[in-house]
Amino acid sequence: MERVPVLKLGDVLLVSIQFDLEDEVALALQADLADKIVASGARGVLVDISGLEIVDSFIGRVFADIAATASVLDAETVVVGMRPAVAITLVDLGLSLGSVRTALNVEKGLRILRRDLGLRAAEDLDAISSGASAPDATG
Amino acid sequence: MAKKAGGNSVVAVVRDRRDEVLDGWVEGALRGARGRVSEAEVRSELSTLYDALVKGLVGDELPDATAAELDEARALLTELSRTRARAGATPAETAVSVFALKEAALSAVGEQPTAEQYADFLEFSRLVDDLGLVTFQAYAEARESVIASQADELLELSTPVVKLWDGVVAVPLVGTLDSARTQVVMEKLLEALLETESERAIIDITGVPAVDTQVAQHLLKTIVAARLMGADCIISGIRPQIAQTIVGLGIEFGDIVTKAKLSDALKLTLAEAGLDIVPRRGADA
Repeated sequence: MERVPVLKLGDVLLVSIQFDLEDEVALALQADLADKIVASGARGVLVDISGLEIVDSFIGRVFADIAATASVLDAETVVVGMRPAVAITLVDLGLSLGSVRTALNVEKGLRILRRDLGLRAAEDLDAISSGASAPDATG
Repeated sequence: MAKKAGGNSVVAVVRDRRDEVLDGWVEGALRGARGRVSEAEVRSELSTLYDALVKGLVGDELPDATAAELDEARALLTELSRTRARAGATPAETAVSVFALKEAALSAVGEQPTAEQYADFLEFSRLVDDLGLVTFQAYAEARESVIASQADELLELSTPVVKLWDGVVAVPLVGTLDSARTQVVMEKLLEALLETESERAIIDITGVPAVDTQVAQHLLKTIVAARLMGADCIISGIRPQIAQTIVGLGIEFGDIVTKAKLSDALKLTLAEAGLDIVPRRGADA
């Protein structure tokens, strides 16, 4: 079975889905992500679904569940890169992603996490690795 | 009922006395066409058609107008109807020129047709009527395909997505919104959001003549889909009477921002993007 990789970037976990999800892959992702959030203490989860072309009600629900799980573990989820066809399908199915935040692409998603949560993400990696605190403390 | 095509039956006359019947037919058709087409043209059209028709009349039984034997004749009729329609003839004129075959056939039978020939003629007449209707149908079909392609073009024409500013796109909607159009608007808007990486969209309904619950439903769906993709929509161009209709129908736009004018909506999006528009220094206030 294929697995979706979960990458850690500072305080943010990046999940990039580049193929259409089968049900068990989606469920495995949900479990992996919960483990990773606890293990890494991440505060934000960025789910990039730009490679996803097809959704059904099950996958839609899994995304809502992923976000809810992350929220219970005190991490904010941002779903980015949703394709128009996927958005239309979700609306037609009457599914919402709950209170999940959305953004057009990874960059804008990271900006939301940084701005609204003060999270250190990709751009601050240098600062993190060199042991410095968040950039706002330097200025 | 099977009709025997005996030596003197109408069908036999049509089959055997080609030139005589064809002359009568061309004459009758020209009378119906009222000088729109030349005699040579009509003659060449009708003689081809006549031969195709006779080819279908080989058996002893009079074929049905939908029979396979008359495939060629029907194709020719369809073609005839199209060329005539292009020349500006009404479908009635084209049909009348087909019906002229009946008179031509009857007069070729002779001054005093027998009762049997009359019965026979009735059958033949029914066949010609059906063939005349083929031209009518071809005309209607040609018209319908024109209308359908125009509707498609209209759909494309009336839903442009324009970029107003970096990160701001607008859809000026013109005309009545139905499910098909909303679908196109929705797809185009969402594609444009992705393409231009715009986080804000303005749906301007100044050109929408009426808003009912269904239109509102369509708009809401579009906005929810845009939100799922990470973009925010504003509805602008709500005229006073539309606002009253919306309230009267009890339509709830929830937390969706609505503005009276497109300029208000643009101002708001710019302000949200952190941009101020200020007069240049030295300009008259």
